[in-house]
Amino acid sequence: MSDLHNRLVSAEADRPDLTEENVNKGEQLTQMQMIWRRFRRHRAAMVSLVLLLVIVAFAFVGPLVWPYDHTVSRDIAGNLSPSLQHPFGTTKQGNDVFAQTMRGAQQSLKVALVVSIVSTTIGSIWGAIAGYYRGRIDAIMMRIADVFLIIPLIVAVAAISGNVRGGTTWYAVALIICFFSWATIARVVRGVVLSLREQEFIEAARAAGAKVTRIIFRHLLPNAAGPIIVAATLLVALAVLTEASLSFIGFGIQPPDISLGKMVEGARTAAFTRPWLFYPPGVLIVLICLTINFIGDGLRDALDPRQTMVRR
Amino acid sequence: MLVYTARRFAVAIPVLLAASVLVFLMVDLSGDPLSDLRMQQPPPSPETIAAAEARYYLDRSIPERYWLWMTGIGGNGDIGLLQGKFGPSVRGGPFDIGEQLASGISITIRLVSAAIVMALGLAIVSGVISAMRQYSKLDYTLTFIGFLALAMPTFWLGALIREGGLWFNKTTDTSFFYTIGANSARVSNMTGWEYFLDSAGHLVLPTVTLMLTSYAAWSRYQRTSMLEVLNSDYVRLARAKGVRNSVVVRRHALRTALIPLVTVATIGIVGILEGVVIIETIFQWRGLGYFFIEAVKAKDTFALMAWLMLSGTLVVLANLIADVLYGVLDPRIRYE
Repeated sequence: MSDLHNRLVSAEADRPDLTEENVNKGEQLTQMQMIWRRFRRHRAAMVSLVLLLVIVAFAFVGPLVWPYDHTVSRDIAGNLSPSLQHPFGTTKQGNDVFAQTMRGAQQSLKVALVVSIVSTTIGSIWGAIAGYYRGRIDAIMMRIADVFLIIPLIVAVAAISGNVRGGTTWYAVALIICFFSWATIARVVRGVVLSLREQEFIEAARAAGAKVTRIIFRHLLPNAAGPIIVAATLLVALAVLTEASLSFIGFGIQPPDISLGKMVEGARTAAFTRPWLFYPPGVLIVLICLTINFIGDGLRDALDPRQTMVRR
Repeated sequence: MLVYTARRFAVAIPVLLAASVLVFLMVDLSGDPLSDLRMQQPPPSPETIAAAEARYYLDRSIPERYWLWMTGIGGNGDIGLLQGKFGPSVRGGPFDIGEQLASGISITIRLVSAAIVMALGLAIVSGVISAMRQYSKLDYTLTFIGFLALAMPTFWLGALIREGGLWFNKTTDTSFFYTIGANSARVSNMTGWEYFLDSAGHLVLPTVTLMLTSYAAWSRYQRTSMLEVLNSDYVRLARAKGVRNSVVVRRHALRTALIPLVTVATIGIVGILEGVVIIETIFQWRGLGYFFIEAVKAKDTFALMAWLMLSGTLVVLANLIADVLYGVLDPRIRYE
């Protein structure tokens, strides 16, 4: 959360004056083109985007071309050191760690995708309604949201997914994470909407006879896109970490399926003796989280209509 | 101020009540504490199951169970949160949830307090240095360390630190770092001083891990707030008056710059609770984290609810303290 606050503050501070208009000398650009141009200028975000695409390809295309899968295979000898055939070696039981890493990354990315869609949608709508109506509705809705934030995320998810009999799958974990995390987005969106609703363009929309749903979906939410995206990327990174931590402490995704957290758990004692088992899953988690955060940073800058194109 | 505190307190109570409903429902609906009993081969007689259901109050409806769990009225005298009883544990009679929870707290509190003190100290020092030498090599190094600690998953960092300790022990052929438990196996014949040294030795690695997870965010906050204050008019005025630099930093700037950190650190308790669960798993401590994980594994619903309510109460209290402290520390804030 701390990071979020910093970025929201810096998002406020970065807004340059409107005098430097962002249309390039008579050149006509559509909204999307403009956003893409601004995004491209953010070097860290571009590098991250490329890196994340590589990871996505690795996770989803990799298993199709790689000869081994994540399960134990009789053809694979146990405890092999890295070689061309098994780039990350093999486990004691005879899993190809390279294939396991692909599968683990796939699980993490799927969780990230579900959380980014479900949590962000529910949270933004909830927050926008609370912020738009203010007063008693706002108070009740936000108290409800508060309740979901009281229990630490990992603990809440572990309590539920560990309790369910027969183990859990990735979508169950993802949905439970959504259930306990949408409130962070709702809080951010409500704050933004509270200030947006007082502005003239909303008043104009209301005067023109726009319905509440139209005001919320066409005017309020698009204008709150920057903070929503920052909050969503932070949340998605958190979801990836939560899923991994959960598998690490033994709840969440269950064997024979594999996740990055589970891999770290299995290779924990090998950190110094057989590092090729321990480092790939951990580094991959760090990479996924970092790239998502940087992309969010870039998107925030690109989507801000007050941003000029001269920066960076 | 008093009125404000009272009002905040009054708001905290319904939130806590709502949290108790959520905790109860999520634990109660997600699992069946008797599933192990039901799965037994050969299947136990219906009377056994009925007796077990009656013992854990599973024969009543959900609202009744919640009421019972909260007040204990109409139970067998072993339940009722408001009476300080947490309910019967599925792990048998001798396992008293309240007692176990208390012993867990007594162990975990060492880890948490040591980590918070260290993280705060380091965050303040490095944040202030970063702000005073903005954009220097030192600033970049500290920023990099902060981001690295922020990006690393706690469990990975913890496992790495533990294995690092083990590796050090092995290569130097000593047992310099303790990597298992909160104390050595035999503590009965130790003197007080030895016991203290033993506890401190076991604390080192887990504390460093837990400390790093909080330190990263806190030092960023400290840097930002210190920068803001250093560039403010009153600090410039102090310098213009000819006050020595060290005095300006200590007396004028740092005091104000510490205010945001108080709030951040108080609210940071959520992250610390999560960290404790993971770190105690890695270092095999038998504190609160262990209690939680064992409760989930045993499907011990009442123990789980007790744990979640404890953590929920801590978080609500922390938010309350943060709000009130903010008003006390920052004279610019006025409450009507």
